[in-house]
Amino acid sequence: MRAGTRWKRFRRRLRYWLDHGERQRLLWEEMEFHIESMAQDLIAEGFSEREARAAARRKFGNMTQKSEEARSTWIARWMSDLAQDLRHAFRGMRRDAGFTAFTVLIAGLGIGASSTVFSLVNTVLLRPLPFRDPGRLVWISNGENWTIQAEHYSDLRESNRSFSDLAGWSGYYRTGDKELTGIGEPERITSVPVTGNLFALLGVEPAIGRPFTAEECQGRYSAPAAMVLSYNFWRRRFASDPSVVGRKLMLNNQPATVVGVLPASFDFAGIFSPGASIDAFIPWPLNDKNKPGGNTMPVIGRLKPGATLQGAQAEFTTLAKQLESQHPERNGIDPRLVPLAQRVSGGVRPALFVLTCAVGVVMLIVCANLSNLQLARLGGRQKEMALRAALGAGRSRLLRQMLTESVALSCCGAVLGLALAAAGTSGLAHFHSFNLPLLESVRIDGSALLFTLLAAVACGMLFGLLPALRVTMRSLNEGMQDGSRGSSGGKRHGWVRDGLVVSELAFACILLVGAGLLIRSFLRVLDVNLGFQPERAAALRIDPSFRISSLAQQNSFIDDVLNRARSAPGIVAAGITDVLPLRDDRSFAVAAKGQVYEKGHQPEGFIRIVSDGYFDAAGVPLRQGREFTERDRASSELVAVVNDTLARTLWPGQNPLGQAITINVGHRVMSVVGVVADVRHAALETAAGSELYMPMRQTGDYAAMQLVVRTALPPDSLAAGIRTALRPIDPNLPVREFVKFQDLVDRAVSPRRFLVLLLAGFAAFALILASLGIYAVISFSVSQRVQEIGIRMALGASATDLQRRIVLRTLALAALGLALGMAGSRVLSRALSSLLFGITAGDPVTFVEVGALLIAVAAIAGYIPAWKASRIDPMVALRSN
Amino acid sequence: MGTEKNRADLLPGTLDMLVLKILMSGHLHGYAIAQLIQQLSGDLLRVEEGSLYPALQRLELNGWIEGEWGISANNRRARFYKLTPDGRKHLAGESARYRQVTGAVARIMGFA
Repeated sequence: MRAGTRWKRFRRRLRYWLDHGERQRLLWEEMEFHIESMAQDLIAEGFSEREARAAARRKFGNMTQKSEEARSTWIARWMSDLAQDLRHAFRGMRRDAGFTAFTVLIAGLGIGASSTVFSLVNTVLLRPLPFRDPGRLVWISNGENWTIQAEHYSDLRESNRSFSDLAGWSGYYRTGDKELTGIGEPERITSVPVTGNLFALLGVEPAIGRPFTAEECQGRYSAPAAMVLSYNFWRRRFASDPSVVGRKLMLNNQPATVVGVLPASFDFAGIFSPGASIDAFIPWPLNDKNKPGGNTMPVIGRLKPGATLQGAQAEFTTLAKQLESQHPERNGIDPRLVPLAQRVSGGVRPALFVLTCAVGVVMLIVCANLSNLQLARLGGRQKEMALRAALGAGRSRLLRQMLTESVALSCCGAVLGLALAAAGTSGLAHFHSFNLPLLESVRIDGSALLFTLLAAVACGMLFGLLPALRVTMRSLNEGMQDGSRGSSGGKRHGWVRDGLVVSELAFACILLVGAGLLIRSFLRVLDVNLGFQPERAAALRIDPSFRISSLAQQNSFIDDVLNRARSAPGIVAAGITDVLPLRDDRSFAVAAKGQVYEKGHQPEGFIRIVSDGYFDAAGVPLRQGREFTERDRASSELVAVVNDTLARTLWPGQNPLGQAITINVGHRVMSVVGVVADVRHAALETAAGSELYMPMRQTGDYAAMQLVVRTALPPDSLAAGIRTALRPIDPNLPVREFVKFQDLVDRAVSPRRFLVLLLAGFAAFALILASLGIYAVISFSVSQRVQEIGIRMALGASATDLQRRIVLRTLALAALGLALGMAGSRVLSRALSSLLFGITAGDPVTFVEVGALLIAVAAIAGYIPAWKASRIDPMVALRSN
Repeated sequence: MGTEKNRADLLPGTLDMLVLKILMSGHLHGYAIAQLIQQLSGDLLRVEEGSLYPALQRLELNGWIEGEWGISANNRRARFYKLTPDGRKHLAGESARYRQVTGAVARIMGFA
């Protein structure tokens, strides 16, 4: 048929359908006319009027059916059937409120969990980054993890042909770097120095105002002339007042003009530094010789149209070789290019993969459970189905009705699930301290809604299909004969239900093993020897608001601070450091004096500038020699303390005390006076690297002053006391930044905690479902066999005997499920390897514990119906039918 | 979406063709169509009401006939159908095809 005709017919069909009420009435009238005409003819042939009409009606037949047949040419039959099935389903739901509530609850929990995980995965992995054309953005690192020297960046930016531009920022910024004054309460804010083109390269326009001008990017590092506020800071600190743009504020006592406010969608911290909060951006003058040197710069590039990542990588490798030979005085460079999205979310990919699989397994258990429930329930509706079949309902029609019912149920569940997912996602989005990228932008969006709908339909189909098939198959042959309540519903029926329970147990076992492995890893991580003692230690940023111009001035400030802090009530120890464990870091090349290392094999050491008392305050144990003291001053011998690893690296098998050590910055030579324990500074899971401590009183090369105190009281109660103690030194000292060491640890383990919590939740849900499932199956089989049990007891079977038989049957099912689940876990747990710590994927303890737990739960679930069965009164049971 | 076919007929499409042919003679209502088919076939073909009305709906949906309300001979409201140009074309095609098929069947059966 030609397309035009087809289209016309489709339009006509639509029109008919739209006013089908009217059309049906007219059809009815037309048929009435037909009957009337027939009757008139009969009367003409000599029938009485009454006879004629009756005969005509008889001849015409069932008018309703005729009109339905005629109507079916324009209304698709399935639509009217669907409406009918839905009415039926809802009637059934009302009748069976308990079943409905349970199903909706279970399906809702499952769908809610799925949608939440989907939203998370969608935000972190699937949705493009919130930048212009994010697919062309490339992260350029130096080696695996290091950042790039600013001089190299400038040269690369000049000479490369693959990128339309490169931009970067200073990886050297610290939390609370700048003190903001000149407006309200003084406050320490976190500002990131960025290259002037960063916003343009990412395609981000300020919501108000403008980005930095080239002139503003040529100033002094210590005194930026302009600043751009982050949206959140603008909202919190300035109550979204647009007039703040253009105002001059003071940053570390230097005037800086607010030139713009970034849009809410620009979540710099969420993408590049999850868990931190960034208040403002300042220009980074690359030409200023006084900025911190070394590898300080994370670099991002935007590929030119047509350029490929491989091509760019090849070009950068060549350029880097040239740069290294032209500038031997600079740090080495080994550019590695990866797509920005991979860099941002690559780290959490395995965890999200595991979560996705886990939630999928939860859904399978939900479906198996509901399937089982539906089967039991439909056992009672067997006769209804048989009757329908006898009255002419086709098998596919019955099948469709059953599926409509289950899908309708699961859609009701989806409504609940959606509410749960909305709560779940907004809960996730508010976990600011969670160290996961983009967490703040997790929400239920269009694709999550679509996913929920699909999940609901799939879930309904999945859990409805098996019962529907069973029921319709039975209804055609045996349904009507199935007279007595006592008959157990056939062997095959039992098999299906047992199979479902076994698979539920197997899936639950897999989840439990996964969760168990992660929980045990988590405990191992928490048990790790950090090298410092986070309990009762806290830090406060105390950089003076005046400029320190000499080491003497600096040291008297340090003396003053430490004396006052130590005399504050409850303080056990106090010291100062420039970097906090698990938060900030920097590294220099270090060397044993006189030793020459091959290029590329130069030892790297993390540098910490600390004052006397720091080791006590942070709880870092001294292994050998002595700590720094007040007497290690600018005028005395330059000294250093190393950690175990550095001592082993530089002087294997020798006594490190008294050795001379040098660093590549400033080429100073220091004498090692002490050895302290390794501190896990980067992450709890990674062993400490080499660490070199230098006394703060002998150097001015540090970016922050953190007063660390150890206290006899809970750290929370300290803030006020310290503030009072320090006020005489600097009345403007802002104290927003009071950081408990325990919080640093918590933040570092937050992604792991997050994964463990979710997975443990899923596993617990799965365990509950599986135990409900096994309980339901056993008590169903008991209730089906009341008569048999009655006879057995009447013939002398003892209650214990009976109980043992039922519990044994339960345990047999559980053992089968367990065996399958264990085998599955053994294979699947390997996917977890990268997330485990301190245990292997085949950790026997976990497997044994999970096995014992499941068997115990199954035994309880089986014992309850067994106990009930043994209380059956044989006389009542035998009479009951 | 294919052309609607009458499922109950022994010779599929025959009823549609007969209805169209009858309507060549003018505007008729459903009852008259059934009567005419019966009379013209010498009482051999009886049109089931159960298939007539679906057939009319189908023909109308395909745009081959058009129904409109009018007044019948006995002064009652009735729905009269008329052939459309499309329907005329369709009828020509159908009768040619039908002639071929019956001719072929007749040759095989040795009637010719």
